Amino acid sequence: MDIVAIITAAATVAGVGLFVGIFLGVAGKALAVETNETEEKIRACLPSNNCGGCGFASCDAYAKELAAGNAPVNACVVGGAPVSRELAELLGTEVGESVRLVAHLKCSGDCAAAPKKAEYTGVKDCRLAMFSPSKNGKGCIFGCMGFGSCAEVCPQNAITVVNGIAHIDRELCVGCGACARMCPNSLIEVVEYDAFTVVDCSSPDKLKTVRESCSAGCIGCGVCAKLCPEKAITMEKNLPVIDRSLCSGCGACWGKCPTKAIKRFGAKAVS
Amino acid sequence: MKTVLLVLFSTILVNNVVLSRFLGLCPFLGVSKQIKTAGGMGLAVIFVITVSSALSSAIYHLLLVPFDLTYLSTLVFILIIAALVQFIEIFLKKFSKGLYKALGVFLPLITTNCAVLGVALTNVQNGLNVWMSTLTGFGTALGFAFAIVIMASIRESLDLSKVPKAFRGMPITLLTAGLMAMAFFGFSGINIG
Repeated sequence: MDIVAIITAAATVAGVGLFVGIFLGVAGKALAVETNETEEKIRACLPSNNCGGCGFASCDAYAKELAAGNAPVNACVVGGAPVSRELAELLGTEVGESVRLVAHLKCSGDCAAAPKKAEYTGVKDCRLAMFSPSKNGKGCIFGCMGFGSCAEVCPQNAITVVNGIAHIDRELCVGCGACARMCPNSLIEVVEYDAFTVVDCSSPDKLKTVRESCSAGCIGCGVCAKLCPEKAITMEKNLPVIDRSLCSGCGACWGKCPTKAIKRFGAKAVS
Repeated sequence: MKTVLLVLFSTILVNNVVLSRFLGLCPFLGVSKQIKTAGGMGLAVIFVITVSSALSSAIYHLLLVPFDLTYLSTLVFILIIAALVQFIEIFLKKFSKGLYKALGVFLPLITTNCAVLGVALTNVQNGLNVWMSTLTGFGTALGFAFAIVIMASIRESLDLSKVPKAFRGMPITLLTAGLMAMAFFGFSGINIG
Protein backbone atom coordinates (compact mmCIF):
# COMPACT_ATOMS: atom_id res chain seq x y z
CA MET A 1 0.00 0.00 0.00
CA ASP A 2 1.46 3.23 -1.17
CA ILE A 3 0.64 5.62 1.68
CA VAL A 4 2.13 8.57 -0.16
CA ALA A 5 -0.17 8.08 -3.14
CA ILE A 6 -3.25 7.85 -0.92
CA ILE A 7 -2.26 10.98 0.96
CA THR A 8 -1.47 12.86 -2.26
CA ALA A 9 -4.82 11.94 -3.75
CA ALA A 10 -6.70 12.88 -0.60
CA ALA A 11 -4.77 16.12 -0.27
CA THR A 12 -5.40 17.10 -3.89
CA VAL A 13 -9.12 16.56 -3.70
CA ALA A 14 -9.28 18.20 -0.29
CA GLY A 15 -7.26 21.13 -1.60
CA VAL A 16 -9.53 21.67 -4.57
CA GLY A 17 -12.56 21.29 -2.34
CA LEU A 18 -11.21 23.81 0.15
CA PHE A 19 -10.43 26.33 -2.56
CA VAL A 20 -13.89 25.88 -4.04
CA GLY A 21 -15.50 26.20 -0.62
CA ILE A 22 -13.70 29.43 0.19
CA PHE A 23 -14.53 30.87 -3.23
CA LEU A 24 -18.23 30.08 -2.80
CA GLY A 25 -18.27 31.40 0.73
CA VAL A 26 -16.83 34.73 -0.34
CA ALA A 27 -19.12 34.92 -3.39
CA GLY A 28 -22.12 34.07 -1.25
CA LYS A 29 -21.38 36.92 1.14
CA ALA A 30 -20.47 39.40 -1.58
CA LEU A 31 -23.52 38.72 -3.73
CA ALA A 32 -26.01 38.07 -0.96
CA VAL A 33 -29.67 38.93 -1.56
CA GLU A 34 -31.73 40.20 1.31
CA THR A 35 -34.81 38.14 1.93
CA ASN A 36 -37.58 39.49 4.00
CA GLU A 37 -38.66 36.94 6.61
CA THR A 38 -42.13 38.43 6.90
CA GLU A 39 -42.52 38.17 3.16
CA GLU A 40 -41.68 34.45 3.27
CA LYS A 41 -44.24 33.86 6.03
CA ILE A 42 -46.89 35.80 4.13
CA ARG A 43 -46.16 33.90 0.94
CA ALA A 44 -46.63 30.62 2.77
CA CYS A 45 -50.22 31.64 3.65
CA LEU A 46 -51.20 32.36 0.06
CA PRO A 47 -52.82 29.63 -2.07
CA SER A 48 -50.28 29.85 -4.94
CA ASN A 49 -52.92 30.03 -7.65
CA ASN A 50 -51.01 32.92 -9.28
CA CYS A 51 -54.33 33.91 -10.86
CA GLY A 52 -53.91 37.69 -10.53
CA GLY A 53 -57.30 38.07 -8.90
CA CYS A 54 -55.82 40.18 -6.10
CA GLY A 55 -54.70 42.72 -8.66
CA PHE A 56 -51.03 41.84 -8.45
CA ALA A 57 -49.02 39.87 -10.98
CA SER A 58 -48.50 36.76 -8.87
CA CYS A 59 -48.73 35.43 -5.33
CA ASP A 60 -45.08 36.44 -4.87
CA ALA A 61 -45.85 40.02 -5.94
CA TYR A 62 -48.83 40.22 -3.58
CA ALA A 63 -46.71 38.89 -0.71
CA LYS A 64 -44.05 41.51 -1.43
CA GLU A 65 -46.57 44.37 -1.44
CA LEU A 66 -48.23 43.06 1.71
CA ALA A 67 -44.89 42.93 3.49
CA ALA A 68 -44.26 46.52 2.43
CA GLY A 69 -47.69 47.50 3.71
CA ASN A 70 -48.98 48.56 0.29
CA ALA A 71 -51.77 46.04 -0.12
CA PRO A 72 -55.03 45.17 1.63
CA VAL A 73 -55.14 41.83 3.44
CA ASN A 74 -58.48 40.87 1.91
CA ALA A 75 -57.45 41.04 -1.76
CA CYS A 76 -56.99 37.31 -2.29
CA VAL A 77 -60.21 36.07 -3.89
CA VAL A 78 -59.17 32.45 -4.03
CA GLY A 79 -58.14 32.25 -0.39
CA GLY A 80 -61.17 34.23 0.69
CA ALA A 81 -61.97 34.95 4.33
CA PRO A 82 -59.71 32.31 5.94
CA VAL A 83 -56.59 33.61 4.19
CA SER A 84 -57.55 37.23 4.96
CA ARG A 85 -57.81 36.33 8.64
CA GLU A 86 -54.42 34.58 8.63
CA LEU A 87 -52.76 37.49 6.89
CA ALA A 88 -54.37 40.00 9.25
CA GLU A 89 -53.05 38.00 12.21
CA LEU A 90 -49.57 37.82 10.72
CA LEU A 91 -49.42 41.53 9.98
CA GLY A 92 -51.33 42.64 13.05
CA THR A 93 -54.03 44.50 11.13
CA GLU A 94 -57.81 44.36 10.79
CA VAL A 95 -59.43 42.16 8.18
CA GLY A 96 -61.85 44.61 6.66
CA GLU A 97 -64.70 43.87 4.31
CA SER A 98 -64.38 41.18 1.68
CA VAL A 99 -67.00 40.77 -0.95
CA ARG A 100 -67.50 37.48 -2.74
CA LEU A 101 -67.05 37.94 -6.46
CA VAL A 102 -67.97 35.67 -9.36
CA ALA A 103 -67.53 35.82 -13.09
CA HIS A 104 -70.49 36.26 -15.40
CA LEU A 105 -70.65 35.62 -19.14
CA LYS A 106 -72.49 38.37 -20.98
CA CYS A 107 -73.94 36.12 -23.65
CA SER A 108 -76.77 33.62 -23.83
CA GLY A 109 -76.53 32.82 -27.52
CA ASP A 110 -76.15 29.07 -27.34
CA CYS A 111 -76.80 26.58 -30.15
CA ALA A 112 -80.55 26.85 -29.68
CA ALA A 113 -80.79 30.64 -29.48
CA ALA A 114 -78.11 31.53 -32.02
CA PRO A 115 -77.83 28.84 -34.68
CA LYS A 116 -74.78 28.63 -36.92
CA LYS A 117 -74.87 30.44 -40.23
CA ALA A 118 -71.44 29.33 -41.39
CA GLU A 119 -69.07 26.52 -40.62
CA TYR A 120 -65.77 27.34 -38.95
CA THR A 121 -63.02 24.90 -39.77
CA GLY A 122 -60.02 26.56 -38.16
CA VAL A 123 -58.22 25.80 -34.91
CA LYS A 124 -60.77 25.63 -32.11
CA ASP A 125 -59.37 28.41 -29.99
CA CYS A 126 -61.27 31.58 -29.15
CA ARG A 127 -58.26 33.83 -29.67
CA LEU A 128 -57.47 32.37 -33.08
CA ALA A 129 -61.13 32.40 -34.14
CA MET A 130 -61.07 36.20 -33.75
CA PHE A 131 -59.22 36.35 -37.07
CA SER A 132 -62.15 34.81 -38.90
CA PRO A 133 -64.61 37.44 -40.23
CA SER A 134 -67.65 35.57 -38.94
CA LYS A 135 -65.86 34.31 -35.80
CA ASN A 136 -67.24 30.81 -35.11
CA GLY A 137 -70.05 30.91 -37.64
CA LYS A 138 -72.82 32.13 -35.35
CA GLY A 139 -74.86 34.98 -36.75
CA CYS A 140 -73.71 37.30 -33.98
CA ILE A 141 -69.99 38.13 -34.08
CA PHE A 142 -70.02 39.75 -30.63
CA GLY A 143 -71.03 36.66 -28.72
CA CYS A 144 -69.40 33.67 -27.09
CA MET A 145 -67.61 31.40 -29.55
CA GLY A 146 -67.72 28.37 -27.32
CA PHE A 147 -64.21 27.06 -27.93
CA GLY A 148 -63.41 27.13 -24.25
CA SER A 149 -60.28 29.26 -24.03
CA CYS A 150 -61.69 30.66 -20.79
CA ALA A 151 -62.25 27.15 -19.45
CA GLU A 152 -58.58 26.38 -20.02
CA VAL A 153 -57.35 29.24 -17.83
CA CYS A 154 -59.82 28.78 -15.01
CA PRO A 155 -57.82 27.65 -11.97
CA GLN A 156 -60.96 26.29 -10.30
CA ASN A 157 -62.28 24.36 -13.35
CA ALA A 158 -65.51 26.30 -12.95
CA ILE A 159 -66.14 26.80 -16.67
CA THR A 160 -67.56 24.23 -19.05
CA VAL A 161 -68.84 24.68 -22.58
CA VAL A 162 -72.53 23.78 -22.63
CA ASN A 163 -74.58 23.96 -25.81
CA GLY A 164 -71.96 25.98 -27.62
CA ILE A 165 -71.30 28.72 -25.07
CA ALA A 166 -69.30 28.88 -21.87
CA HIS A 167 -71.12 28.16 -18.66
CA ILE A 168 -69.58 29.46 -15.44
CA ASP A 169 -70.45 27.55 -12.31
CA ARG A 170 -71.40 30.26 -9.81
CA GLU A 171 -70.52 28.10 -6.81
CA LEU A 172 -67.08 26.98 -7.98
CA CYS A 173 -66.02 30.37 -9.30
CA VAL A 174 -63.85 32.45 -6.95
CA GLY A 175 -63.87 35.62 -9.04
CA CYS A 176 -60.17 35.71 -9.82
CA GLY A 177 -60.84 37.24 -13.24
CA ALA A 178 -58.50 35.04 -15.27
CA CYS A 179 -61.32 34.19 -17.69
CA ALA A 180 -62.31 37.86 -18.00
CA ARG A 181 -58.76 38.72 -19.01
CA MET A 182 -58.60 35.81 -21.47
CA CYS A 183 -61.88 36.32 -23.36
CA PRO A 184 -60.96 37.98 -26.67
CA ASN A 185 -64.51 39.32 -27.05
CA SER A 186 -64.44 40.74 -23.50
CA LEU A 187 -67.62 38.93 -22.67
CA ILE A 188 -66.89 38.05 -19.06
CA GLU A 189 -67.43 40.51 -16.23
CA VAL A 190 -66.65 39.95 -12.58
CA VAL A 191 -69.62 40.90 -10.40
CA GLU A 192 -70.65 40.41 -6.81
CA TYR A 193 -72.02 37.00 -5.99
CA ASP A 194 -75.07 38.78 -4.57
CA ALA A 195 -75.71 40.97 -7.60
CA PHE A 196 -79.40 41.01 -8.50
CA THR A 197 -79.50 41.71 -12.17
CA VAL A 198 -77.27 40.91 -15.12
CA VAL A 199 -77.39 41.46 -18.85
CA ASP A 200 -76.78 38.37 -20.93
CA CYS A 201 -75.83 40.10 -24.15
CA SER A 202 -72.94 42.17 -25.51
CA SER A 203 -74.23 43.01 -28.97
CA PRO A 204 -74.28 46.72 -29.87
CA ASP A 205 -76.68 45.93 -32.72
CA LYS A 206 -80.39 46.55 -32.32
CA LEU A 207 -83.81 45.28 -33.27
CA LYS A 208 -83.93 43.34 -36.51
CA THR A 209 -80.15 42.82 -36.81
CA VAL A 210 -80.01 41.12 -33.42
CA ARG A 211 -83.16 39.10 -33.98
CA GLU A 212 -81.80 37.73 -37.26
CA SER A 213 -78.88 36.14 -35.41
CA CYS A 214 -80.02 35.39 -31.89
CA SER A 215 -83.37 34.91 -30.19
CA ALA A 216 -81.95 35.66 -26.74
CA GLY A 217 -80.07 38.85 -27.50
CA CYS A 218 -80.73 42.38 -26.31
CA ILE A 219 -82.53 44.34 -29.05
CA GLY A 220 -81.79 47.72 -27.46
CA CYS A 221 -85.42 48.71 -26.96
CA GLY A 222 -84.67 50.48 -23.66
CA VAL A 223 -87.81 49.32 -21.84
CA CYS A 224 -85.74 48.23 -18.85
CA ALA A 225 -84.18 51.66 -18.52
CA LYS A 226 -87.56 53.40 -18.78
CA LEU A 227 -89.18 51.12 -16.21
CA CYS A 228 -86.50 51.02 -13.52
CA PRO A 229 -87.89 52.64 -10.35
CA GLU A 230 -84.38 53.31 -8.99
CA LYS A 231 -83.15 54.77 -12.29
CA ALA A 232 -80.29 52.27 -12.11
CA ILE A 233 -80.21 51.46 -15.83
CA THR A 234 -78.84 53.57 -18.65
CA MET A 235 -78.65 52.53 -22.29
CA GLU A 236 -75.22 52.65 -23.87
CA LYS A 237 -74.54 51.30 -27.37
CA ASN A 238 -77.95 49.64 -27.38
CA LEU A 239 -77.13 47.70 -24.23
CA PRO A 240 -78.34 48.31 -20.67
CA VAL A 241 -75.69 49.38 -18.16
CA ILE A 242 -76.67 48.65 -14.57
CA ASP A 243 -75.52 50.80 -11.68
CA ARG A 244 -75.33 48.06 -9.06
CA SER A 245 -75.21 50.48 -6.17
CA LEU A 246 -78.73 51.64 -7.12
CA CYS A 247 -80.26 48.33 -8.23
CA SER A 248 -82.62 47.01 -5.55
CA GLY A 249 -83.51 43.74 -7.24
CA CYS A 250 -87.16 44.65 -7.67
CA GLY A 251 -87.34 42.67 -10.89
CA ALA A 252 -89.30 45.19 -12.93
CA CYS A 253 -86.87 44.88 -15.80
CA TRP A 254 -86.75 41.08 -15.68
CA GLY A 255 -90.43 40.80 -16.41
CA LYS A 256 -90.67 43.36 -19.20
CA CYS A 257 -87.66 42.41 -21.33
CA PRO A 258 -88.98 41.08 -24.68
CA THR A 259 -86.08 38.69 -25.16
CA LYS A 260 -85.25 38.03 -21.49
CA ALA A 261 -81.73 39.34 -22.11
CA ILE A 262 -81.75 41.18 -18.78
CA LYS A 263 -82.43 38.72 -16.06
CA ARG A 264 -82.07 37.74 -12.46
CA PHE A 265 -78.52 36.63 -11.66
CA GLY A 266 -78.49 32.92 -11.07
CA ALA A 267 -81.66 32.29 -13.09
CA LYS A 268 -81.40 29.74 -15.89
CA ALA A 269 -81.29 31.12 -19.43
CA VAL A 270 -84.54 31.14 -21.39
CA SER A 271 -84.15 30.67 -25.16
CA MET B 1 -9.36 31.19 -37.67
CA LYS B 2 -9.96 28.11 -39.76
CA THR B 3 -9.54 25.85 -36.73
CA VAL B 4 -12.00 27.96 -34.76
CA LEU B 5 -14.64 27.72 -37.47
CA LEU B 6 -14.01 23.99 -37.89
CA VAL B 7 -14.36 23.29 -34.20
CA LEU B 8 -17.51 25.39 -33.94
CA PHE B 9 -19.07 23.78 -37.00
CA SER B 10 -18.40 20.28 -35.78
CA THR B 11 -19.52 20.86 -32.20
CA ILE B 12 -22.67 22.79 -33.08
CA LEU B 13 -23.92 20.82 -36.05
CA VAL B 14 -22.06 17.60 -36.76
CA ASN B 15 -21.66 16.38 -33.18
CA ASN B 16 -24.46 18.31 -31.53
CA VAL B 17 -24.27 17.43 -27.85
CA VAL B 18 -28.03 16.95 -27.44
CA LEU B 19 -29.14 15.68 -30.82
CA SER B 20 -26.17 13.57 -31.87
CA ARG B 21 -24.48 12.60 -28.61
CA PHE B 22 -27.68 12.53 -26.51
CA LEU B 23 -26.14 14.27 -23.53
CA GLY B 24 -27.99 16.87 -21.47
CA LEU B 25 -31.50 15.68 -22.28
CA CYS B 26 -32.97 16.59 -18.89
CA PRO B 27 -32.77 20.36 -19.20
CA PHE B 28 -33.38 20.05 -22.95
CA LEU B 29 -36.80 18.53 -22.30
CA GLY B 30 -37.50 20.30 -19.06
CA VAL B 31 -36.77 23.94 -19.85
CA SER B 32 -37.89 24.11 -23.47
CA LYS B 33 -41.51 25.18 -23.00
CA GLN B 34 -40.94 28.82 -23.77
CA ILE B 35 -38.37 30.47 -25.99
CA LYS B 36 -37.48 33.05 -23.34
CA THR B 37 -36.69 30.47 -20.65
CA ALA B 38 -34.91 28.26 -23.15
CA GLY B 39 -32.76 31.19 -24.20
CA GLY B 40 -31.90 31.90 -20.57
CA MET B 41 -31.05 28.27 -19.98
CA GLY B 42 -28.90 28.21 -23.10
CA LEU B 43 -26.95 31.22 -21.87
CA ALA B 44 -26.45 29.67 -18.43
CA VAL B 45 -25.22 26.45 -20.02
CA ILE B 46 -22.85 28.35 -22.35
CA PHE B 47 -21.32 30.05 -19.37
CA VAL B 48 -21.06 26.89 -17.26
CA ILE B 49 -19.66 24.63 -19.95
CA THR B 50 -17.17 27.14 -21.34
CA VAL B 51 -15.75 28.11 -17.97
CA SER B 52 -15.79 24.57 -16.62
CA SER B 53 -14.04 23.23 -19.74
CA ALA B 54 -11.37 25.88 -19.34
CA LEU B 55 -10.92 25.34 -15.62
CA SER B 56 -11.05 21.54 -15.83
CA SER B 57 -8.50 21.51 -18.59
CA ALA B 58 -6.26 23.94 -16.71
CA ILE B 59 -6.38 21.92 -13.51
CA TYR B 60 -5.81 18.72 -15.48
CA HIS B 61 -2.68 20.05 -17.15
CA LEU B 62 -1.33 22.03 -14.19
CA LEU B 63 -2.20 19.83 -11.25
CA LEU B 64 -3.22 16.33 -12.21
CA VAL B 65 -0.73 15.52 -14.96
CA PRO B 66 2.46 16.76 -13.20
CA PHE B 67 1.59 14.81 -10.06
CA ASP B 68 0.39 11.74 -11.95
CA LEU B 69 -3.08 12.01 -10.52
CA THR B 70 -5.08 11.76 -13.75
CA TYR B 71 -7.26 9.06 -12.22
CA LEU B 72 -8.77 11.81 -10.03
CA SER B 73 -10.11 13.66 -13.10
CA THR B 74 -13.78 12.76 -12.70
CA LEU B 75 -13.78 13.65 -9.00
CA VAL B 76 -11.99 16.95 -9.37
CA PHE B 77 -13.97 18.00 -12.45
CA ILE B 78 -17.24 17.38 -10.68
CA LEU B 79 -16.08 19.54 -7.75
CA ILE B 80 -15.28 22.39 -10.10
CA ILE B 81 -18.52 22.08 -12.06
CA ALA B 82 -20.62 21.97 -8.90
CA ALA B 83 -18.87 25.06 -7.58
CA LEU B 84 -19.38 26.92 -10.85
CA VAL B 85 -23.08 26.19 -10.95
CA GLN B 86 -23.48 27.25 -7.34
CA PHE B 87 -21.72 30.46 -8.20
CA ILE B 88 -24.04 31.07 -11.16
CA GLU B 89 -27.03 30.49 -8.92
CA ILE B 90 -25.78 33.07 -6.44
CA PHE B 91 -24.98 35.45 -9.28
CA LEU B 92 -28.39 35.07 -10.95
CA LYS B 93 -30.25 35.35 -7.68
CA LYS B 94 -28.62 38.70 -7.16
CA PHE B 95 -28.66 40.15 -10.65
CA SER B 96 -31.56 38.53 -12.51
CA LYS B 97 -34.27 37.32 -10.16
CA GLY B 98 -36.63 36.69 -13.07
CA LEU B 99 -34.26 34.33 -14.83
CA TYR B 100 -33.42 32.67 -11.53
CA LYS B 101 -37.13 31.98 -10.88
CA ALA B 102 -37.75 30.86 -14.46
CA LEU B 103 -34.90 28.34 -14.45
CA GLY B 104 -35.92 27.12 -11.01
CA VAL B 105 -34.70 23.65 -10.19
CA PHE B 106 -33.05 23.20 -13.58
CA LEU B 107 -30.18 25.48 -12.69
CA PRO B 108 -28.68 23.16 -10.07
CA LEU B 109 -29.55 20.29 -12.40
CA ILE B 110 -26.94 21.61 -14.85
CA THR B 111 -24.42 20.30 -12.29
CA THR B 112 -25.49 16.72 -12.71
CA ASN B 113 -25.98 17.30 -16.40
CA CYS B 114 -23.87 14.74 -18.17
CA ALA B 115 -23.16 17.22 -20.95
CA VAL B 116 -20.93 19.34 -18.71
CA LEU B 117 -18.90 16.49 -17.28
CA GLY B 118 -19.01 14.76 -20.64
CA VAL B 119 -17.36 17.68 -22.41
CA ALA B 120 -14.71 18.03 -19.71
CA LEU B 121 -13.84 14.35 -19.89
CA THR B 122 -13.85 14.07 -23.70
CA ASN B 123 -11.55 17.08 -23.87
CA VAL B 124 -9.12 15.18 -21.69
CA GLN B 125 -9.66 11.99 -23.65
CA ASN B 126 -8.88 13.75 -26.93
CA GLY B 127 -5.73 15.24 -25.42
CA LEU B 128 -6.73 18.85 -26.07
CA ASN B 129 -4.82 21.76 -24.59
CA VAL B 130 -6.50 24.46 -22.52
CA TRP B 131 -7.35 26.76 -25.43
CA MET B 132 -8.82 23.97 -27.58
CA SER B 133 -10.74 22.59 -24.61
CA THR B 134 -12.29 25.98 -23.97
CA LEU B 135 -13.17 26.37 -27.63
CA THR B 136 -14.71 22.89 -27.81
CA GLY B 137 -16.65 23.57 -24.65
CA PHE B 138 -17.92 26.86 -26.02
CA GLY B 139 -18.96 25.22 -29.30
CA THR B 140 -20.69 22.37 -27.50
CA ALA B 141 -22.65 24.77 -25.36
CA LEU B 142 -23.60 26.85 -28.41
CA GLY B 143 -24.90 23.62 -29.95
CA PHE B 144 -26.94 22.97 -26.83
CA ALA B 145 -28.36 26.49 -26.84
CA PHE B 146 -29.13 26.17 -30.55
CA ALA B 147 -30.98 22.88 -30.05
CA ILE B 148 -32.94 24.01 -27.00
CA VAL B 149 -34.13 27.24 -28.63
CA ILE B 150 -35.31 25.35 -31.72
CA MET B 151 -37.10 22.88 -29.46
CA ALA B 152 -38.77 25.71 -27.55
CA SER B 153 -39.97 27.30 -30.80
CA ILE B 154 -41.50 24.02 -31.91
CA ARG B 155 -43.10 23.46 -28.51
CA GLU B 156 -44.61 26.93 -28.41
CA SER B 157 -46.20 26.20 -31.77
CA LEU B 158 -47.34 22.76 -30.61
CA ASP B 159 -49.12 24.42 -27.70
CA LEU B 160 -51.57 26.02 -30.10
CA SER B 161 -52.07 22.90 -32.21
CA LYS B 162 -54.55 20.14 -31.72
CA VAL B 163 -52.46 17.27 -30.36
CA PRO B 164 -54.22 13.90 -29.85
CA LYS B 165 -54.95 13.39 -26.18
CA ALA B 166 -52.61 10.42 -25.74
CA PHE B 167 -49.67 12.41 -27.11
CA ARG B 168 -50.10 15.63 -25.16
CA GLY B 169 -47.20 16.75 -23.00
CA MET B 170 -44.09 14.57 -22.86
CA PRO B 171 -44.91 12.06 -25.66
CA ILE B 172 -45.13 14.63 -28.45
CA THR B 173 -42.05 16.39 -27.06
CA LEU B 174 -39.99 13.22 -27.16
CA LEU B 175 -41.22 12.46 -30.67
CA THR B 176 -40.20 15.94 -31.75
CA ALA B 177 -36.76 15.50 -30.18
CA GLY B 178 -36.38 12.23 -32.05
CA LEU B 179 -37.32 13.87 -35.35
CA MET B 180 -34.85 16.67 -34.70
CA ALA B 181 -32.12 14.12 -33.97
CA MET B 182 -32.91 12.41 -37.25
CA ALA B 183 -32.67 15.71 -39.08
CA PHE B 184 -29.28 16.45 -37.53
CA PHE B 185 -28.16 12.99 -38.54
CA GLY B 186 -27.88 14.48 -41.99
CA PHE B 187 -24.81 16.40 -40.86
CA SER B 188 -22.93 13.31 -39.77
CA GLY B 189 -21.61 12.48 -43.21
CA ILE B 190 -19.78 15.78 -43.52
CA ASN B 191 -16.07 15.17 -43.35
CA ILE B 192 -13.81 18.20 -43.47
CA GLY B 193 -10.15 17.36 -43.94
